[in-house]
Amino acid sequence: MAKKLMKGNEAIGEAAIVAGAQAYFCYPITPQTEVAEYLAKRMPEVGGVFVQAESELAASQMIFGAAAAGARVFTTSSSPGISLMSEAMSYIAAAELPAVFINIIRCGPGLGGILPSQGDYLQATKGGGHGDYRFLVLAPSTIQETVDLTIEAFRLADKYRNPVMLIGDGLIGQMMEPVDFEGRTAPPRLDTSGWATTGCAGREPHIVKTLFLDPNVLEQRNRKMRDKYEQMKREEVRFETYLCDDAPELLVAAYGTTARVVRTAVDRLREEGVKVGMFRPISVFPFPDEPLRQQALVPSVKAVLVVEMSMGQMLEDVERALQGRRPLHFFGRGGGNVPAPEELVRECRRLLGNGQGGR
Amino acid sequence: MGEPITIFKRPASLRDAFTHYCPGCTHGVIHRLIAETLDELGLRERTIGIAPVGCSVLAYNYFYCDFQEAAHGRAPALATGIKRVLPDRIVFTYQGDGDLASIGTAEIVHAANRGEKFTTIFVNNAIYGMTGGQMAPTTMPNQVTTTCPRGRDVNLAGWPLPVADLLAQLRTPSYVERVAVHTPRHIIQAKRAIRQAFQYQAERRCYSFVEVLSTCPTNWGKTPAEACQWLDEVMVPYFKLGLKKSPDRPPVE
Amino acid sequence: MQREVTFAGFGGQGIMTAGKLLALAGMAEGKEVAWIPSYGPEMRGGTAYCTVVIADRLIGSPIVNDPENVFVFNRPSLEKFGPRVRPGGVLLINSSLIDVRSDRQDIVQVCVPCNDIANALKNGRSINLVGLGAFVARTGMVGLDTQRAVLEREFGKKGKGEALRAASEVFEAGVRAVLEGQGAKTP
Ligand SMILES: Cc1ncc(C[n+]2csc(CCOP(=O)(O)OP(=O)(O)O)c2C)c(N)n1
Ligand code: SF4
Repeated sequence: MAKKLMKGNEAIGEAAIVAGAQAYFCYPITPQTEVAEYLAKRMPEVGGVFVQAESELAASQMIFGAAAAGARVFTTSSSPGISLMSEAMSYIAAAELPAVFINIIRCGPGLGGILPSQGDYLQATKGGGHGDYRFLVLAPSTIQETVDLTIEAFRLADKYRNPVMLIGDGLIGQMMEPVDFEGRTAPPRLDTSGWATTGCAGREPHIVKTLFLDPNVLEQRNRKMRDKYEQMKREEVRFETYLCDDAPELLVAAYGTTARVVRTAVDRLREEGVKVGMFRPISVFPFPDEPLRQQALVPSVKAVLVVEMSMGQMLEDVERALQGRRPLHFFGRGGGNVPAPEELVRECRRLLGNGQGGR
Repeated sequence: MGEPITIFKRPASLRDAFTHYCPGCTHGVIHRLIAETLDELGLRERTIGIAPVGCSVLAYNYFYCDFQEAAHGRAPALATGIKRVLPDRIVFTYQGDGDLASIGTAEIVHAANRGEKFTTIFVNNAIYGMTGGQMAPTTMPNQVTTTCPRGRDVNLAGWPLPVADLLAQLRTPSYVERVAVHTPRHIIQAKRAIRQAFQYQAERRCYSFVEVLSTCPTNWGKTPAEACQWLDEVMVPYFKLGLKKSPDRPPVE
Repeated sequence: MQREVTFAGFGGQGIMTAGKLLALAGMAEGKEVAWIPSYGPEMRGGTAYCTVVIADRLIGSPIVNDPENVFVFNRPSLEKFGPRVRPGGVLLINSSLIDVRSDRQDIVQVCVPCNDIANALKNGRSINLVGLGAFVARTGMVGLDTQRAVLEREFGKKGKGEALRAASEVFEAGVRAVLEGQGAKTP
C-alpha cells in the first residue's frame, strides 16, 4: 500500500483498526473529534463497535467493561475529557486490564482553549486518577510515529495488562502528513481466558474487581503493580537523540511537537556553527532518566535546556534525571502558542553567550 | 410631527455586542427573550447566569448581568451552589442539548428533583453545534450527523430524548414547558413561557424549565429558512410543544 | 531544501483543499510533506489558512512564521500574512477581491484575479484551483505535470470525467494567467 496523506486524528483511527481494536467508546471534543467521526464510518465496516457515549465519564467506564470482557478497546479524548476519564483509568489500572487511551492535549486549565499544549504531562505521567498506579505513556512527534506508537500501545497494554496512554497535541491531531501502513499488523492478542468475564460455562466464575479490604491482599497487589512499573523502566524506555555525538555545548530536551520545533532550531544553529544537540523522550513514563543523564554529562555539555508547551512539567523529570549535575534552563510557551524556531534559536544563543547560571 | 418614538430597542439586559452565532441561528432570539424578561421583571441586577459548554459558552458576552461559566454539563450543579448560598438572587442556566441532555443528564435530573429554585433554559437544536455537528441525544431518527453518518439508528442510539416530558414525570413540583422559536407566533409563546419561568423563580415557587426548540442551520446543512421549516416539520411533531407541568396544577395521583 | 507556502482566505474558498492537493503533489515527487491547518472556532465563516511544507528531509517545525510564499485570497489575509512573507519570497494576491498591494519592496508580488478567471469559466467556486495553478506555475514548488497528475487522480474518481474536466479547465487558466503575464508583477 502506498503512503497516504492523513490527518493525525484519522491516522489514529486507522492505526487502531490495523491494531485490531474491537471497540471504541467516545465523546466529541475538539481537537480530536475527527477520530470519532472517522471511526463512526470505519468501525461498522470492520465489524467493530462504535459508541458515542453520553459523556467521557461513561465512555471510559464502557472501556472498563469491554476490557474486562476481554475485548481490545480504546478511546480518545482531549484534556477536559481526560479529566473525566481519570476515574475509570484508576479502576482499569487497579483491575489490571489492557486498554489504550489517547489524549490530544489542548491548552488549559479549565475549559482553556482548543489550541495545542503539553499541559497534561504531569496528569499523564504521574497518574490523573487516585491511587497507586501508573500508565505507560508514549509521546509521538510525527503522524507516522503516532500510527506506529498507537499500534505499539495495544501490544504494550496486553504485555503489561495495564493501560497505555498516547499523548499528542492539537497539531498532531490536525496536521496531515504521509503515513505508511505497509507491514503494520495487529499485535498478537493476549490470552484473556483466565480472567475475562465472558460467562462461566465450564469454569469457575471470574470476578473483575478493585475492592480489597484486607490490607495485606491489597498491598500485595500494590507490590505486583510496582513490579510491573519497574519492568517497564527496564524494558520500555524509548528516546531519540539528534546531533548529540559531536560534543555539543548545549543539550535541548523536548518531546512531541515541541521536539520538531527544537529540531529546526538545532539545524539553524548548526548552520551558524553553534553546537547544539537534542534529546527527545518518546516514552515519558518510563522516563529515559539514564540515557538523558548520560547525554547531559558528556563533558562538552555546558547546560541543558528544556522546552515545552507548558510552564514546566517534563522539567521536573529532567531535573530528577540530572540530579543537579548540569545547569538546567527552561523555555515554555502556553495558552496554545507553539514555540517558534526563531525564539528557540535566540534562547540557545543567549544561554551559550552568557554561559552558565542554572536555575 | 413630534419626536421620533422608539418602537424597538436593545433590552438593557443585553450588551451592545456583535454576535458570534451563525447567520440564522436562533440562539440569539432566545437570548433576547431572556433579556426582555429580565428587563420587564426588573431582575437584571440580582441575576446570575450560568453559561454552558457549547456555542452559547460565550453567552456572557451578550447578557449584561453576572455570569459564571460551567464545565460541560455541570451548570445545574453550579446553579444549585449559587442559589443555596444566595437564595434571594435570580439564577438561571442556559444549556444546549449536548450539555444538558447528554453529559449533564444526572445534574439536571437531580436539580429538578430536589426542586432547586432556579430556572433552566434548554436549547434543543438536535445536534452538537460547537464541535461541528455530531449526534446529540436529541438528534432525530435517521438524521445524518458526523458521528451517525448513515443517520441516527434508533436501534443503536435510541430515540431522541424528550427532556421536558421526562422532567415532568418527577413528583417534585416544578414548571416545565416546551416551546419553539422558528416563527413569530412561536416566539411570542416562547416569550410567555420564559417570563413565566422567571416569574415562578422570583416568587420562590419552584424549579422552572423551558425547553426551546432551536435551529442550527450550519450543522444541519440548511439555509436559515429551510432550517425553520425542518424544525417545524421534523422536530415539532416529535417534541410536542406545550405546558408539561405546572406548580399550580398538582400531579395526577 | 525546504519550501513553504501559506494559503489564506475565508472559509468556503477551498483554501484547505488547495493546500492538500499541493501536498499530494509533493508526496508524488517523493518528498517529505506536511499540511498544517488553522483550526478552531475561526473555521466557522472566519479566516481559514493552511501551510504546506515540502522538503527533501524530515520536516521539523510545523509552525512556519515566515513562509517563503504566501497566497492571499481576501483582504484580511493580506493584512495578516503579507508582512510575514520571507524576504525574497513571493506574495500572490487574489486581485479579484483585493484591490491593494503590500508596500513591501523586498518580496515579489503577483496578482491573479482568481474570481474573475473562475467566473469567466462559469466555475465560480473553484477559485482555489485557479490559485493552485497560478501558484505552481509561478513558484515551481512542485512540477506542473505532477500537480496535473494529482488532479487527475483526485477528480477523476468523481462523476464521469466531468469533475476532472472542470477542475483542469480552471487550473490551466490559473497557470496561463501567470505564464502569459496576466498575473501582472508589481511593483
Ligand atoms: C468534558 C468535555 N467534553 C467535551 C467537550 C467538548 N464540547 C464542547 S461543546 C460540546 C457540545 C455542545 O453541544 P450542545 O450542548 O448541543 O450546544 P450547541 O453548541 O449545539 O449550542 C462538546 C461536546 C468539553 N468542552 N468538555
Ligand atoms: S453552529 Fe449551530 S448552534 Fe452554533 S452558532 Fe452556528 S447555527 Fe448556532
